[in-house]
Amino acid sequence: MSAGSVGTWVLLAYRIPREPSRPRIAVWRKLEALGVARLGDGLVALPADARTREHLDWIADEVTEAGGAATIWVAAPGSLAQERSIAAAMGEARAAEYEQIAAEAQAAASSDETERRRVLRRLRAELRRIGRRDHFPPPQRQIAHTAVQSLAEPQTSDLSTEQHV
Amino acid sequence: MSAWATRAGIHIDRAACAWLIRRTVDPHAAFVFVTDPAEVPAGATPFDMRGVELGHHGGNCSFETILRRYEVTDPVLWKIAEVVHEADLDDERFHAPEAPGLDAVLRGLSMIADDEQILAITGPMFDGLYEYFRRGLLLDRTPA
Repeated sequence: MSAGSVGTWVLLAYRIPREPSRPRIAVWRKLEALGVARLGDGLVALPADARTREHLDWIADEVTEAGGAATIWVAAPGSLAQERSIAAAMGEARAAEYEQIAAEAQAAASSDETERRRVLRRLRAELRRIGRRDHFPPPQRQIAHTAVQSLAEPQTSDLSTEQHV
Repeated sequence: MSAWATRAGIHIDRAACAWLIRRTVDPHAAFVFVTDPAEVPAGATPFDMRGVELGHHGGNCSFETILRRYEVTDPVLWKIAEVVHEADLDDERFHAPEAPGLDAVLRGLSMIADDEQILAITGPMFDGLYEYFRRGLLLDRTPA
């Protein structure tokens, strides 16, 4: 998003019956996976692009099919400060997730090869999921990716073991 | 020849649906790309749009919906449906390691080609994927 002008956002305003709970929870989970900003009760937002727009469109349909009501809006924040504050909150939520990943990768760094591979696969999948909902990548993103990638590199401990054999 | 309509700016699900429609439902299908549901021409069958029969339903993508609607049972097409589902929805319902690559290819194509061109390019691509998965199912392993 360029400095000085606000971006375009896509908003989903929705009401979904409390019961049955299954479709309501399914919608909630999908919105979480997309990393939406929750602007109010039944109002969520994402920075607009072809992908976010399409995902919210389908969720709107899902709400309608579950007996609820949903409308999609394309809007601009009223001020840059508002947008920055929403984007910052979204970035912070992702930063916490990336920090957790980096910590888990570092904890596994001294494990044996098999364990490192296992953790590597799990954390790569987790990074992919976080990436899907990361609309304002914080600096922690690169740190987490580097920490996870280092699990795939040969470890100095492995090399020294090989040299001694 | 009958007309089919979908949203302009096609991505994986719509490209795959167009290929599927020509292959199994209507060999002479003509496609119209619209930017608003109100622009769907009279008599055209809409697909992969909000609020239409051939759209996303019950967690399925439009490709899966079309397979169900026309009672297509070809296991190779259902295998392709898993890949299209993951490339489109990415909800980890299926194990489809091909999906992220296919998603990247279609996103790239949408940056350099218009919708007609994308259909022309992806037609042979889906034909190839069909043959790849057909052999895989026959051999019960990854085909060479």
